[in-house]
Amino acid sequence: MGMTMSQKILAEHCGLPSLRAGDIVMAQLDMVLGNDITSPVAVKEYARLGSPCVFDCNKIALVMDHFTPNKDIKAAEQCKTVREFARENEIVNFFDVGEVGVEHALLPEKGLVGSGDLVIGADSHTCTYGALGAFSTGVGSTDMAYAMATGKAWFKVPSAIKFVLKNKPQKWVSGKDIILHIIGKIGVNGAQYKSMEFTGDGIEHLSMDDRLCMANMAIEAGAKNGIFEVDEKTVEYEKANGRNNTRVFKADSDAEYDEVIEIDLSTIRPTVAFPHLPENTRTIDEVGEVEIDQVVIGSCTNGRLEDLEVAAAILEGKRVHRDCRVLIIPATQKIYLDAMEKGLLKTFIESGCAVSTPTCGPCLGGHMGILAKGERAVATTNRNFVGRMGHTESEVYLASPAVAAASAIAGKIASPGEV
Amino acid sequence: MNAKGKVIKYGNNIDTDVIIPARHLNTTDEKVLASHCMEDLDKSFPGRVGEGCTIIVAGKNFGCGSSREHAPLAIKASGIACVIASDFARIFYRNSINIGLPIVECPEAAASIEDGDEVEVFFDSGVIKNLTKSAEYKMTPFPPFLQAIISAGGLIAAAEKNLLGD
Ligand code: SF4
Repeated sequence: MGMTMSQKILAEHCGLPSLRAGDIVMAQLDMVLGNDITSPVAVKEYARLGSPCVFDCNKIALVMDHFTPNKDIKAAEQCKTVREFARENEIVNFFDVGEVGVEHALLPEKGLVGSGDLVIGADSHTCTYGALGAFSTGVGSTDMAYAMATGKAWFKVPSAIKFVLKNKPQKWVSGKDIILHIIGKIGVNGAQYKSMEFTGDGIEHLSMDDRLCMANMAIEAGAKNGIFEVDEKTVEYEKANGRNNTRVFKADSDAEYDEVIEIDLSTIRPTVAFPHLPENTRTIDEVGEVEIDQVVIGSCTNGRLEDLEVAAAILEGKRVHRDCRVLIIPATQKIYLDAMEKGLLKTFIESGCAVSTPTCGPCLGGHMGILAKGERAVATTNRNFVGRMGHTESEVYLASPAVAAASAIAGKIASPGEV
Repeated sequence: MNAKGKVIKYGNNIDTDVIIPARHLNTTDEKVLASHCMEDLDKSFPGRVGEGCTIIVAGKNFGCGSSREHAPLAIKASGIACVIASDFARIFYRNSINIGLPIVECPEAAASIEDGDEVEVFFDSGVIKNLTKSAEYKMTPFPPFLQAIISAGGLIAAAEKNLLGD
């Protein structure tokens, strides 16, 4: 029996000719990731293992992105724990304030993850790197600790759902709208424990930023990983980021899928997920009147250059609504700099937005834009659970950068075509 | 190994943001985490656990959301002996195994057990007994590799005992 893309990558990393869904394996990892929330727990567990040194100081990435620049004393102490660990163990890829970006935007941009890799990260959105044709998945701090010592992790081999993407998306429809549409269709546990494998001729119309956004939200459908077939765009992207060894794992023609779902990209409309689950989706034509207090454009989902370009194009020459606070958070220092050079930051500031240094910040209700009771935000982030961005009686509406920018001007959820 | 206690029942999609809100993730202290466990969902949680409600029963997709191990840690440190759900979000599932929080997937039990029922879980024989309703449910057993981790008390403990191979 044939294997899926994900199964092939796993098989290669545990030196087996083939694997079946449900098998449990120990596999060798190419990269192990942690952030300032999950790494302190991992450092504690790592100490219990009594390992003389980490398995490979080049294959661990520690990214201080969640509560940084440190929001309070406790957060500062947590970062300090990780900083000291990084120094002691000579961790090469340690990213602190000044260099840091939101982890899942930073690692692909630095070429630290790529096609054919097997990656775990103590962060649920580690599934983002599937956009490059990697098998990457979120784990917990204990897995991270064990992996830092041994370079290995256990996996239950997933079965898969194949998504065949067809045709070209309409204007204003981005990767975010497509993945929200898919989650709305299959639900927040529609791909529980499974791989979401994206193929089809529609992929060629999706930029790498679109794909990174879509793979990022595979976890919001409960998936273990999301993965795209590698094409010329992947190769180009990897080359631009210093990787010249694109590795292609194609699914076998007789690979077995639990389900095959066809998605006609040309019929998808800009889509918004209403509180309090990413599956509560409505098209922009169905949202009605929803007044808002805040807009956040950023995060590992939509804080990349293209996202900022789309938002700036809509905001250019306009003012944000006076009752609406608008936060723009470029996901990495490079994106920040590129946005500056392209004049996007000027556009944002002149239209009344606040521009922040890279941080997760409000995405997880950490800092830099917390909502009060009863307030509503449109965010380009990935989760809208109860209390995610602040008070338990606040609300988060998930949308694309285009919808978020249009809403910032209108002071209510709005279509980019309207403003 | 078994677990016995009264049940606190929750619904579907209990996410890690309500199990332990992100505003409390600036600590790794289990006691502090436990003191905030479920506070956005159910203020009565710590009190009820103290009164012997040591088993959580929930619907689908328990533990969905972030990878924060603080979530199962907070539940375990609260004094919960076992979580029974229809199914679990996958990172929560592996985190629970890795830290030694007993969890059980059993859609039948999740549907039939009610809040306040007294329940006993027999992990070895794979049986859940509802003492209040005099009912019995069969749970899905863990594969042997995972059973070895759970019996050792978690991934690190299993590694210390050399149970995972080289
Ligand atoms: S931006 Fe949000 S979702 Fe992404 S890593 Fe940071 S907190 Fe997590």
